[in-house]
Amino acid sequence: MEFAGSEPYPGTGSLPTAVKILIAGGFGAGKTTMVGAVSEISPLQTEEVITQTSEGVDDLSGVEGKTTTTVAMDFGRITISQDLVLYLFGTPGQNRFWFMWDELALGALGAIVLADTRRIEDSFPAVDYFEHRGTSFVVAVNRFDGASDYDVEEVRYALDLDTHVPVVMCDARSRESSKLVLVTLLEHAMASRMAAVR
Amino acid sequence: MSEPEESWWDVDAGPIVRSFARTGGRTRPTRDEFNLITLIIATNTDTARHGLEPEHIMILRMCTGAPLSVAEIAARLDMPATVAKVLLGDLLDMGAIHTRAPIALAEAPEIHVLQAVLDGIRRL
Ligand SMILES: Nc1nc2c(ncn2[C@@H]2O[C@H](COP(=O)(O)OP(=O)(O)O)[C@@H](O)[C@H]2O)c(=O)[nH]1
Ligand SMILES: [Mg+2]
Repeated sequence: MEFAGSEPYPGTGSLPTAVKILIAGGFGAGKTTMVGAVSEISPLQTEEVITQTSEGVDDLSGVEGKTTTTVAMDFGRITISQDLVLYLFGTPGQNRFWFMWDELALGALGAIVLADTRRIEDSFPAVDYFEHRGTSFVVAVNRFDGASDYDVEEVRYALDLDTHVPVVMCDARSRESSKLVLVTLLEHAMASRMAAVR
Repeated sequence: MSEPEESWWDVDAGPIVRSFARTGGRTRPTRDEFNLITLIIATNTDTARHGLEPEHIMILRMCTGAPLSVAEIAARLDMPATVAKVLLGDLLDMGAIHTRAPIALAEAPEIHVLQAVLDGIRRL
């Protein structure tokens, strides 16, 4: 990832490279809020249109039955250096969006599972997915006002997490708090990586 | 078949119809060379001789000076990423853009990359 010269972007040699981190969680868990708290751009939305062939669908036109689903994701950007740009993707937490997680999880540095203790079960699909895929992840408990206070160990127990998975409390609205979650994730990913190399 | 092929488009599919119209009705599948975080920068190629659609020109304008990801381009054009990828494929074919694929998608992240990102986050 060297910088090839003074000419701006004469070829791919001097283009920065992008990396990504996922922020997964149920609806309203605070994904967009967290992306916005640390991103240098206001969160943008990208949508994927998924066309699925459906069987046995009543179809007057006579063509093959197809259903389309539009899945929207929020994302933000952090320029790390001249060579490196980090994208943060807020991804919908429901199981039925696995097809999008697959594209997103490929090559991701890691994932943050944002948990809302009022609906802790919304975090199950994301935890299962990242565990199964071997993606490094941390669980960040977004403290909403008035939410009954679970402690870290209770969340770990409720989500049946391996002991090595970090669980942290956070306020997704706070830049410092969200930065700390990212730092925790990256340190955890590095530790897992070094353990694997050894 | 007497029905037009597009007949499966329903009311909910409005945005798709619009987007497909913008790519000249082409519905070829997503090209492998583009990921959501592939970075794009416009080259200085003389594009006048190519039959450019307004959307192509918009992409070249937004990717001049600093690179943008496929996801950002799609978001700014308000179109699904799959459609933006088709337009980007056209631009790549005519040499109007450079692309930079993300690091080693198939492999676990390298320690030096994790370290660089960690340092960058701490500096924020
Ligand atoms: N009180 C409180 N509200 C929050 C917090 N995080 C997010 N919210 C609010 O909760 C709502 C849902 O958050 P959002 O980020 O859109 O959730 P998403 O569906 O996961 O993207 C928004 O109205 C946020 O302002 C938090 O830590 N505390
Ligand atoms: Mg959201």
